[in-house]
Amino acid sequence: MNRYELLLRDRCAIDPRVMVLTAENRGHMRNVPQYLGDRFVDVGIAEQTMLGMAAGLASRGRVVIVHALAAFLTLRAFEFIRDDVAIPNLPVIMVGMVPGILSDGNGPTHQAIDDVGLMRGLPNVGVFAPADEEEFVEGMAELLDNPRPCYVRYVGTPTSYYREERTTLHRGVVVCDERECCPEVALLTYGAMLPHALLAAQKLEQQGVSVRLIHMPMLAPLDEAIIVEALNDATMTVIVEDHLIRSGLYSAVCEIAVRHRIAAAIHPIGLMTWFPAGRLPQVLRVTGLDADSIASRIRTLLNNESAPERPTSDEIPA
Amino acid sequence: MTYDRGRCEEISIRVREHILAMSTDGGCFTGASLSCADLLVYLYTSYLNVQPDTLKDPNRDILLLSKGHDVPALYGTFAELGFIERERLANHLDCNDHIYWHPNRAVPGVEFHSGSLGHLLSVGMGMALSIRMEQRASRVVVILGDGELNEGSIWEAFQVAHALHLDNLIAIVDRNWFQANVRTEELIPLEPLDEKFRAFGWNTARVDGHDFDALHACMSSLPLGTGRPTVVIADTMRGKGVPSIQERPDRWFCNFTHDEVAQLTDELHGNAVATLVSPTLIVR
Repeated sequence: MNRYELLLRDRCAIDPRVMVLTAENRGHMRNVPQYLGDRFVDVGIAEQTMLGMAAGLASRGRVVIVHALAAFLTLRAFEFIRDDVAIPNLPVIMVGMVPGILSDGNGPTHQAIDDVGLMRGLPNVGVFAPADEEEFVEGMAELLDNPRPCYVRYVGTPTSYYREERTTLHRGVVVCDERECCPEVALLTYGAMLPHALLAAQKLEQQGVSVRLIHMPMLAPLDEAIIVEALNDATMTVIVEDHLIRSGLYSAVCEIAVRHRIAAAIHPIGLMTWFPAGRLPQVLRVTGLDADSIASRIRTLLNNESAPERPTSDEIPA
Repeated sequence: MTYDRGRCEEISIRVREHILAMSTDGGCFTGASLSCADLLVYLYTSYLNVQPDTLKDPNRDILLLSKGHDVPALYGTFAELGFIERERLANHLDCNDHIYWHPNRAVPGVEFHSGSLGHLLSVGMGMALSIRMEQRASRVVVILGDGELNEGSIWEAFQVAHALHLDNLIAIVDRNWFQANVRTEELIPLEPLDEKFRAFGWNTARVDGHDFDALHACMSSLPLGTGRPTVVIADTMRGKGVPSIQERPDRWFCNFTHDEVAQLTDELHGNAVATLVSPTLIVR
């Protein structure tokens, strides 16, 4: 059994409130139905019904974890999340599978690259974007300790990308910061982009560029303090995300800068539109989200602050 | 619960008075409220195991109004049965209260809010599933509109409820044959509705939704079989009880003058027919 399956099995054993639902998406928890009995419900390909049912179950005092492909969960069932989970503020934890860049070969219908924007736009709904399996499982445990509506971008990579003590879900994490004060670049990222941003930061350090890499596992509510500090400390703040740059973390950081009246150089490295379908390494390269592209882009930005921005319109071909 | 037709009839007249009283100063969905008034009065007086003093009892029965725009009928029933004060209905459309065009859980008796159609069958399924796991005898009754059956999520839910064998779940379709300003059969034909529900694996019954004796006979015969959810198609009439607006496509959402409300209330009691001058809301 994987760590998530163990968590579900153990939590269901000690907490009779916990229910696990899926919309025919159980690849990451194939071994749990046998342990969960009637606490596990597969509703078939019916995301809307699953969210409505989750709300009904939660209204009876249950804590419900639902699973579906991230795109269908957040788009097909969006109104059910908004009306039936967010408005009554019911403890439903919504796990979206293959979010963002991880959708690799599926094509645009399956690409959840607007999910963070949709979910962080909903009052009462948290957004959790872990970088690896360890963080995912620990975050889920914390959510089960304090159940509340939360969307989770599932990442199951078994490698753990940072060793620092995992703190509460509300905090951003400084993954590396060679200079510890006033770096040239503050690099903010989350989820599946962390390993690529980490590699990019290491390349930049080798080339003499100081980087503070900050992982933001919680995108709503955001750790504003760590962002404000980065905006004030760094010469330049760069946001790396496998998400549309509008409505994702880049947008959130800009909102914070404006609200705090910080005049900072803030640059997005993210998606402008749906990405071409293919194998993940190639997808990362063509979208400019692999470590080499990230490092190279940042060097260009540092060398020429007035360099023209990459186009930010919707007109870029996929 | 003791069934008393005379009591049902008395209460339903007063509920219709409340609906008409809310059909001014901003108005409400009068026609759809009048079509399900008898249903709600029957259910709350004679079928559901829920009282004003048992609203927190985990063993109570649950009613969900998925076609939330007929909430004046629900609040009228609540006012008559003591769930809320009658005077509170005067707060209709006052931001300081929660009495508006769709149900809000802040009003005692409302189990879940609604507004957007096609939601509460699946919410009711979650409740019914939980109740079954809690090993309680409570039933979950979900009132659906017939126009609401256009929504795909309803049919998704019908399939899943069958798969989950939710026999403590009862859907009642307020079959008033209208949706907004058109007759259902002229827009998205629904019939033969009972055959469709049967094909989805539900126990299916059909009844005159304004005949209390028939309703009582039908509901008393439930469950029609174990292991399956039940749907009751209640044939009703939009605007029932007030001939001037009965079955009129243009009298869907009504915002009458005070004088018109007085005339319609007279009409409800069998007196002169009202002369309506206020504009109608046509969306189609």
